[in-house]
Amino acid sequence: MNVWMDDEAGPVVRPYALTRGRTRPSGETFDLIALVSAVREGGSGPEQEAILRAAQSPISVADLAVELDLPVGVVQVILGDMRDHGLISVTSQVGSRPSERILKEVINGLRAL
Amino acid sequence: MDSGLSEDPVALKILIAGGFGVGKTTLVGSISEIKPLKTEEVLSDRGIGVDDLDGVEGKTTTTVAMDFGRITIRDGLVVYLFGTPGQERFWFMWDELSYGALGAVVIADTRRLTDCFPSIDYFEQRGTPFVVAVNCFDGVPSHSIEDVKIALDLEDHVPVLMCDVRRRASAKEVMITLVEHSLRTLTTAL
Repeated sequence: MNVWMDDEAGPVVRPYALTRGRTRPSGETFDLIALVSAVREGGSGPEQEAILRAAQSPISVADLAVELDLPVGVVQVILGDMRDHGLISVTSQVGSRPSERILKEVINGLRAL
Repeated sequence: MDSGLSEDPVALKILIAGGFGVGKTTLVGSISEIKPLKTEEVLSDRGIGVDDLDGVEGKTTTTVAMDFGRITIRDGLVVYLFGTPGQERFWFMWDELSYGALGAVVIADTRRLTDCFPSIDYFEQRGTPFVVAVNCFDGVPSHSIEDVKIALDLEDHVPVLMCDVRRRASAKEVMITLVEHSLRTLTTAL
């Protein structure tokens, strides 16, 4: 039985089974670099619990997907549910231009790599 | 959660585009730690020339890995790199990726320059600042930057530079050139 359940076999549960077939989060979608912070405990299911643990300090949606080893689309749907239940807060600067100061900091930071 | 105490964390997004096999993964890996980010792509019949992207949700999707890297400038300031999906039939994913992006690196290979046309068109149309990095593969006769600029019909202000995406120093120079270009775009637009 176990021979069918290695990494190459893929997940035992199809990813979107976790979202009950939904491919879009309720409400506004989350950008890949939106930062997620845990607000309170009480996640339902192992994925929500894992997200709350990972988001003790702000973490990006993309990093969460890596952490949970789930497709981004699935994580976005789960995050939508969690936002609806007030478990997380999400901040995104996407859409607002970064300041000149930040960009200069990035340039200097890249030079120092 | 303690946003009154310190500055809010800042996350920036840079896209790495270019034709299939041009060195996107290598560039991300040269300058950052690559992480295995999974995303979904639509399975379609390869025999059909043009994909109709209407009703995409009804099609079967498959999970694929996407190039994703992270450069931590300092605590609370992180630059994220995303490789754009290789094939142009996944345009719908580009829109989400490029929304709010600081800029894009288009990697070009002079042996098949046309491969990067769709990326250039896309970023020009969206007004996303971009630079063209010409990846110099071993033993390939080098073209002058001016030649590449003319061949790609680029506007004068678009930076073009030669690079070797395998080398960290070269990858760094590409990224710095892009952020400097974004900064110029930002300050002239104001």
